[in-house]
Amino acid sequence: MPISDFANPSKFLTLVSRVLPWLAVAAVIAFAIGLTQAMQAPDDYQQGATVKIMYLHVPSAWLSMGIWAVMSIAALGTLVWRHPLADVAGKAAAPIGAAFTLICLITGSLWGRPMWGTYWVWDARLTSVFVLFLMYLGVIALYWTAEEPSRAARLAAILTLVGAINLPVVKFSVDWWNTLHQPASVIRMGAPTIDPSLLKPLLMMAVAYFLLFAALHLAAMRNEILRRRVRTLRLMQANEAAS
Amino acid sequence: MSALAALYWRDLRLAVRAGGGAAIAALFFLIVVALVPFAVGPDLALLSRIGPAILWLGALLASLLTLDRLIAVDAEDGSLDLLMMTPMPLEAALAAKALAHWTSTCLPLVILSPVLALLLNVEFSAMPAIALTLAAGTPALTFIGLIGAALSVALRRGGVLLAVLVLPFTIPVLIFGVAAANAVIVGPAPFGPPFTILCALSLASAVIAPVAAAAAIRHGLE
Amino acid sequence: MMASLGPHAGFIVGAYLAALIVTLAVIVWVWLDYRRQRRILADLDARGITRRSLRQGVSESLS
Repeated sequence: MPISDFANPSKFLTLVSRVLPWLAVAAVIAFAIGLTQAMQAPDDYQQGATVKIMYLHVPSAWLSMGIWAVMSIAALGTLVWRHPLADVAGKAAAPIGAAFTLICLITGSLWGRPMWGTYWVWDARLTSVFVLFLMYLGVIALYWTAEEPSRAARLAAILTLVGAINLPVVKFSVDWWNTLHQPASVIRMGAPTIDPSLLKPLLMMAVAYFLLFAALHLAAMRNEILRRRVRTLRLMQANEAAS
Repeated sequence: MSALAALYWRDLRLAVRAGGGAAIAALFFLIVVALVPFAVGPDLALLSRIGPAILWLGALLASLLTLDRLIAVDAEDGSLDLLMMTPMPLEAALAAKALAHWTSTCLPLVILSPVLALLLNVEFSAMPAIALTLAAGTPALTFIGLIGAALSVALRRGGVLLAVLVLPFTIPVLIFGVAAANAVIVGPAPFGPPFTILCALSLASAVIAPVAAAAAIRHGLE
Repeated sequence: MMASLGPHAGFIVGAYLAALIVTLAVIVWVWLDYRRQRRILADLDARGITRRSLRQGVSESLS
């Protein structure tokens, strides 16, 4: 990594330290409002109080897909524009995306037990989120094995873009597969029309989750920039010692 | 074109030669399929019901097993560098290599599958259909695997990482392959839709995978 | 509070707890990672290895 690349990330670091506290406070406030609204929201006439799990499950499902979209945009930035910050953004997003996908899977499973009578159903939505989780783990595994950061970023970017092409295909095929195997007892999640009294806390929670992701992503990007700085310093030190 | 044909024949000859791996993949396929009755029990009714699924899983694992060496061999002995210096596009060269891999590794599996279907008590009339779905679907597995092979060469790591990267992408192929095979044996669902989608997956991956694999190699060897 | 959640209170509380644990784990991981990188940088700095000193060194060796 050439030294000139530090110019941009340095500005970015000062930006992060200025913005991050505000983002964190905003996320906490949004969670406070969202959770209060969620607790006060009426129960669903069909699902009872378990509908409260929706306020965790649905926003994390949105984010799990949204973060892959963020990674895809970062991947384009890496491959097309060769922007060093795009490398950092893609790498920092992957573990956070995996964590939100995990939350989506766990809450979905705990929602499924009272609703469907079992922790896991090979329901179309759960299955495609599960595949998404596996793909996140694949990208993280790629970052683990690669040693040189900029090459790892470019290879992971290719994998991310192939994944972005593959995800709609997985979604479609799993939907198709599910209609073939659909057990009769399954209640479809997410009614087509959702009552405004349930929608308001849901949207608030979605805003809170988004702010949380933004804060975590910026912080993780800062960590990654510092990690690269350490790496560069050590390499230069080694070079100097050798010469 | 003749350069691509030469590359195709070279890879084919290398794979078929002793130690090339093609025969070992077929042997692996045989063993995987033979293991299943020991795991689920010798219930013939059950075996005939899950027969297509077993054959598809076996084909998936067997083709994955040999993909590891698809590009790694060329990277080790330097012929990959020569390939990149030739005027023909790397994408086309990789596609030719993938086709050679399919001919040497997956085609024997397709030919072997009716024999193994016999062991799994699959109806005699369904065997051509199973072989046909394998023939139509395994190119998608090879091409998806090509991306993984290119990534593992660029990372200079292979083996399990390749499986971790590649397997999630093969789920649609598995779904439609088994669905098309089952449609002939048990299903009330027609054979046409899953089979045509399977063909579409193979064709689409044949377009996308060489581009992605070539990008991975170029970025990896920079 | 538990009574108002109906017969499946355990699952609801469990879901919220699980989400909280995963979220906290990510936050703690990011925070510890930040502390660690900062400490290493400070350590390198204390040993006189900074970007400025090395940059000079590199440019001198280049010229």
